Amino acid sequence: MDPEAAKLMGKLIGAGIACIGMGGAGVGVGVIFGNYLSGALRNPAAAAAQFSNLIFGFAVTEALGIFSLVIAFLLLYAV
Amino acid sequence: MAEQPIEPIHQFKITNIFDIGTFGGDGTTGGIHLAFTNSALFMVLTVGAIGLFLIWGSARRAIVPGRTQLMAEMAYEFVANMVRTTAGHEGMKFFPLVFSLFMFILVANLFGMFPYFFTVTSQIIVTAMMALLVFFTVVIYGFYKNGLKFLKLFVPPGIPIYILPLVVVIEIISFLSRPLSHSLRLWGNMLAGHIVLKVFGGMVVALLAAGAWGIVSIAPFAMAVALTGLEFLVSALQAFVFAVLTCVYLHDAMHPGH
Repeated sequence: MDPEAAKLMGKLIGAGIACIGMGGAGVGVGVIFGNYLSGALRNPAAAAAQFSNLIFGFAVTEALGIFSLVIAFLLLYAV
Repeated sequence: MAEQPIEPIHQFKITNIFDIGTFGGDGTTGGIHLAFTNSALFMVLTVGAIGLFLIWGSARRAIVPGRTQLMAEMAYEFVANMVRTTAGHEGMKFFPLVFSLFMFILVANLFGMFPYFFTVTSQIIVTAMMALLVFFTVVIYGFYKNGLKFLKLFVPPGIPIYILPLVVVIEIISFLSRPLSHSLRLWGNMLAGHIVLKVFGGMVVALLAAGAWGIVSIAPFAMAVALTGLEFLVSALQAFVFAVLTCVYLHDAMHPGH
């Protein structure tokens, strides 16, 4: 196989595999919002005060998904 | 299609509007090439829009506020409440920093939603500089205020002594990776959102060129409209997230013990 074509194939496959990591971030974000919602339904009075904690947890979890996106972009455009 | 392929990342290309010149170097290698780029233009526009909005909003200072004054006061109160709840009353001395960052990111993100406008926050250098500014503010203020007690940040209380070395290493790594995650989050969200919009727009064009099957292009078009709405949400949310994280890090700088 032509080495350039092999390199391109490896880049594309690697970028695709890197995107699997986003699934984990999706699960994490789902857990955070689901637990917030069930907590908010049990005690709606306390829900508003925890909103910034919710956003903080969401942001920290989502960053991990962004990292796998960054790896995919690095493989596609920077290798 | 054939003569102009749809490139989803073409929108992030930086072009020079006018060159200022090259300084240093010998003409072939090295030197600093300065130019006023489209990125710089939209940063100036962003700052100008915020300045006009806030100056106009605070010019009259009526007791019964008009529309612009009300919006400016809402923006101020929103950020001030966020700083008070996440960084404490002591954190209000950093209110100008947090408010500037919040307004800059919010307006830059919303500017990016206009067609053909450049999204400043989709450039990693811009978000990295803002994240490093926050990081060094936290480090310098932390050591200035607490002295060496600032290092207690890396030693959480109530940890058994035999796993303490491991925890300290993890805490140091997590502290040092803060500017990385802080900048990549904003950058990645804006970049990914705009690429997705362009990809769905490209699908509409490609399907319209396919003759009778062009009717199917309604599906990606509806998706692009829905995603545009989502992007407005993400624009505001990411500005909020960046400001909240800034407050959380500043809280660490002021109270490293817990």
